[in-house]
Amino acid sequence: MTSLELTINGARRVVDANPGDTLLEVLRRAGHVGVKKGCGSGDCGACTVLLDGRAVNACLVLAAKAEKRAILTIEGLANGDALHPIQEAFLDEGAVQCGYCTPGMVLSAYDLLSRNPTPSEGEIREAISGNLCRCTGYVKQIRAVQTAAERMRSGRNG
Amino acid sequence: MAERESFVVVGQSVRKVDGVGLVKGKPKFVADVDLSDVLYVKILGSPHAHARIVRIDSSAAAQIPGVIAILTYENTPSTRHTTAGQGYPEPSPYDARMFDTKVRFVGDRVAAVAAETEEAAEEALRAIRVTYEELPAVLSIDEARAEGAPVIHDEGDSTGIYEAARNIVADVDIDVGDVERGFVESDVVVETTCETQYAQHTPIETHVVHSYLDSDDRLVLRTSTQVPFHVRRIVAQTLGIPIQRIRVIKPRVGGGFGTKQEVLLEDIAGWVTLRTGRAAFLSLSRAEEFVAARTRHPMRVRVKLGANKDGVLHAIEMEATSNTGAYGAHGLTVLANTGSKTLPLYNKAKNAHFYGQAVYTNLPVPGAYRGYGATQGYFPLETAMDELSERLGLDPIELRRRNHIRVGETSPIFEKLGEGREGVSQTVKSCELERCIAVGAERIGWREKRGARRREGPWVHGVGMSIMMQGSGIPQIDMAAATIKMNEDGSFNLLVGATDIGTGSDTILAQIAAEVLGVPASRMIVTSSDTDLTPFDVGAYASSTTYVSGMAVQRAAEGVRGQILSVAAPMLKASVESLRLVGEHAVGPAGARVSLAEVCRRAMYSSDQFQIAATASCVPSESPPPFLANFAEVAVDVETGRVKVVHYVAAVDCGVAINPLMAEGQMEGAIVNGIGYALSEEMLFSSTGRVRNPSLFDYKIPGALDVPNLDVILVGSYEPTGPMGAKSVGEIGINGPIPTIANAIYDAVGIRLRRTPFTPERVLEALVCERRPKGER
Repeated sequence: MTSLELTINGARRVVDANPGDTLLEVLRRAGHVGVKKGCGSGDCGACTVLLDGRAVNACLVLAAKAEKRAILTIEGLANGDALHPIQEAFLDEGAVQCGYCTPGMVLSAYDLLSRNPTPSEGEIREAISGNLCRCTGYVKQIRAVQTAAERMRSGRNG
Repeated sequence: MAERESFVVVGQSVRKVDGVGLVKGKPKFVADVDLSDVLYVKILGSPHAHARIVRIDSSAAAQIPGVIAILTYENTPSTRHTTAGQGYPEPSPYDARMFDTKVRFVGDRVAAVAAETEEAAEEALRAIRVTYEELPAVLSIDEARAEGAPVIHDEGDSTGIYEAARNIVADVDIDVGDVERGFVESDVVVETTCETQYAQHTPIETHVVHSYLDSDDRLVLRTSTQVPFHVRRIVAQTLGIPIQRIRVIKPRVGGGFGTKQEVLLEDIAGWVTLRTGRAAFLSLSRAEEFVAARTRHPMRVRVKLGANKDGVLHAIEMEATSNTGAYGAHGLTVLANTGSKTLPLYNKAKNAHFYGQAVYTNLPVPGAYRGYGATQGYFPLETAMDELSERLGLDPIELRRRNHIRVGETSPIFEKLGEGREGVSQTVKSCELERCIAVGAERIGWREKRGARRREGPWVHGVGMSIMMQGSGIPQIDMAAATIKMNEDGSFNLLVGATDIGTGSDTILAQIAAEVLGVPASRMIVTSSDTDLTPFDVGAYASSTTYVSGMAVQRAAEGVRGQILSVAAPMLKASVESLRLVGEHAVGPAGARVSLAEVCRRAMYSSDQFQIAATASCVPSESPPPFLANFAEVAVDVETGRVKVVHYVAAVDCGVAINPLMAEGQMEGAIVNGIGYALSEEMLFSSTGRVRNPSLFDYKIPGALDVPNLDVILVGSYEPTGPMGAKSVGEIGINGPIPTIANAIYDAVGIRLRRTPFTPERVLEALVCERRPKGER
C-alpha cells in the first residue's frame, strides 16, 4: 500500500492504495459509494466521475493518475440540502428508477451542461450514451437533462 | 372507496419516496457498506458443459495466506432444492444442490472460497485442482429430445421433474373444444414457427449479498433480491437451519427484471458466515453474471390459426418447446404462461389447444424474465395474425378488432391453464384495448404509412402493429400483506413485504395509503422487505405488486381510517359515519375539524389508549389483464440489412395509473429492453457451450443513442377489483417490440423474420432470399 493524496469534492484526502488500484476502488473504499460498479471494464458508465471537469469511467483510471487533479463525485454535487438542478430535474421528470445508474448519468449530464448550456436532444443522447440504464428506456432521462438545461439557463431550480 | 374522479394523491406523479437519497448517491445498495472486515467469497465455475466431478483437491488452495474456508460438495449440505424464488411448494423441480458431484453447464458451481481479500480468494480458486470425467453435452432443444440423448439429471434424488430420463422438465397439454375439427371447418388456416434466443436481464447492479451474524447470532442476509421472504425460506431449507434464525433485508436494488427472483448467492454467503462467524460479501462480476445468473428461456413456438371468411378466429393452436438450461427453475411456469397469457386475448376461437414441453440442456440457466413466457408466445401469435390478415385481405387492425377479448367476456383458457396447474376462471371487467388501438394507430399515422413503403436512399420504411395482454399477479396463490401504524405527529409507518427493486412500488403503495388516509404521500414512512420488520409478501414478480400488494395496503389503510374516525368522533361530537379524512384532518359534517396529530395524541396519551394500527392481506381471486396496442415505424436498409426503429407507440390500459410518470417509466423501460431483445441482444455460445460474449461490450443492450422516438400513452380504465381502479403494468411492455418490429419489417420489405434478434445478417440473408427468383430458393 502507498498513500495517495486526492482532492475529492474540493477536500484533500490521503488514502491508501495499491499500485494497481483503480479510482473506482479507491473512491468506494474512501466512502464515496455513490460511485457505482456495474462492469469494471468501461462499458456501463455507472462509475462515472468528473476528473478536472470531464466525465471519465473511474474503473478505467488508475487511482495514482488522479493525484493532483480535481475529482467530483455525485456526493459533491448537491450544496448541502439544496440539490443541483440536474438532480432536481431527474426527480421531477421520473428519470430515476432503481437509481444505480443515476449518479453516473447525472455526472455525464453535468459535464455536458457545463460545456454546452443549450444542448440539442442529439447532443444529450450522445453525452449520456456511455451510461447504460436498464430501467428507464432513457426517455425521461433525456427529458430531465433538457429540463435541467432550461432551468439552469433561467436560474431556476425546481 | 372514493371514485377515481375524486382522487387526490392517486393519479399524481409524486416524487419517488426514496428519490432524493438516490440522486445524491447515498449508501443505499447492498455493497454500499463498510466492507473492511468481510470475507470475500468467490465461486469456481465449471470449465465443462457436462461432467462428473471425480475429485477436488483443495489442499494447495487452503495453504494460501488469507484463505479461511473452501466450500465443495464434500463439506456443504446436499439438500435438493430449487433456486426459483416462488411460493411454497414451488412449481419448479428440486434439482439443484449447493455444490453437486456433477456440473451441468460451463460456469456451474464447483467450489467457493472465502478469504480475507479478493485477491487471495481468486488465487485460491486457481489453486483448486478438480478432476473431471467429461460427459457428452446437450447444447440445443433438438439434441435434448434426440433418442439416446445424454441424461442431464440422472442423479435420482431430484424431484418434480416430468421425465428426467428424456430431459423433459415439464409437459403441459390443454384443450378447448376440438382444434383439429376447428381447422377443418376454417376457411383460412395459417401456421408459423418462431424461435427466440438466449438473452439476459443485465441489471446494472449484478447479484450481490452481504451476510453477517447479529448480536444474537442470527444470520442476517442483506441481499439484492426480488423475493426476500422466499430467500429466507429457501436458504433455511438449503442450509438446514430454522427460518427463525434468518433475517433477510433488501436494501435498494439496482434492477431485477426477474433475474433476482432467484436464490443464487445467499446460500453460499450464509454458509460461510455460519461456519466462520464472519461477515461475508459475494458479488458476481459482470462476466459471472452473464454466465451464471439467469437468462430468458429460449423457445421454439409454433402457432396455427384457423379463421372464417369474416375474419373471426375459429381455431387456435400453440405448441411451445422451451430450453430451460441445466436446471428447471421456472421451467414449467414460464412454459404455461406462454399459453395462458396469450391465448385468452383471442377468445373468439371456440377451439384451442396449447401443448408444450420444457427440456434440459447443458447451457446457462433461464429463469424468470419480465414477460415470463408471454414474450416468447406473442412473437409467433402476432406474426401469424399479421399473416392471417393478409390472407383474408383485412387490415391487421381490423382483424384484431374482430377477435380480441372485451369487457364482460371470458376465455376458457383462464380456467384451464394457470401457473403450472389449472388456472382461475375470470371475466374481464376493464378493457380499453379498442381505444388503445385507435389512439395508437392515429399517433403512428397508420392509414398514411401502412403499405406506403416510403424510400430514403437505401432505407425503406414500414409500419407494423400488435396487441397483447398480461396479468396482474397470480390469482389464489400470491399473497401480500401490509401494516400501517400511526405516529403522534400525524405521520404513518407503512410496512410492506412488497419489494421495490427500482420500480417505484414503495412510492405508489404510499400513495394508495395516503389517498385513504387523507394525507400527502410524503406523510408515509415506507419500510419494505425486511423479514424481521415487515409482513409477508411474495415479492416483486408476476406483475403483482400494484394490484395485489396495493390492495393489501388499501385494506390496511381502511382499517387505520376506521380507528382514526372512532377516536375523532367523540372529539368532534359527531358520528363516525359523518366524518371524512381530508387534508390531514378528520372533518365533521358542519366543518368542525381535528388534526390527525391530535387524534393520535389522544389515542396514545389521553383516554382509552391504544396504538392506531392495522395489518391486512390480499390474495386476489383473479388476475385482471392490462392490455397493450403497439405500433412501430421501422426503416430497413436494404443494402446492409440494418433495421432502425424510427417511431414506437405503445398505448396501454393499466387501469388507473397510481403514478402516471412511473407507469410510463415501466412501459418505456420494458419497451426499450424489448427493442434490444428484438434487434441486438443474444448470448452466443462456443461449440462446447461456453458463453462467447459475457460483457456489456459484446452483448449489446440499448444505449441512449439506440432509443427511437418513443410514445407511451396511458389509456385510462377503471378496474373494479383493483386498488383505486389499478391493474399492474410491470411486464406487458416487453412483449411488444419483437412482433411489432417483425410486422413492420414485413410491411417495409416483404420478409418474414422468424428468428430473433433481427440482426443485419439475418435481415440481409432474408432479403437476398426474397429477391431470388422462386425456382432458385
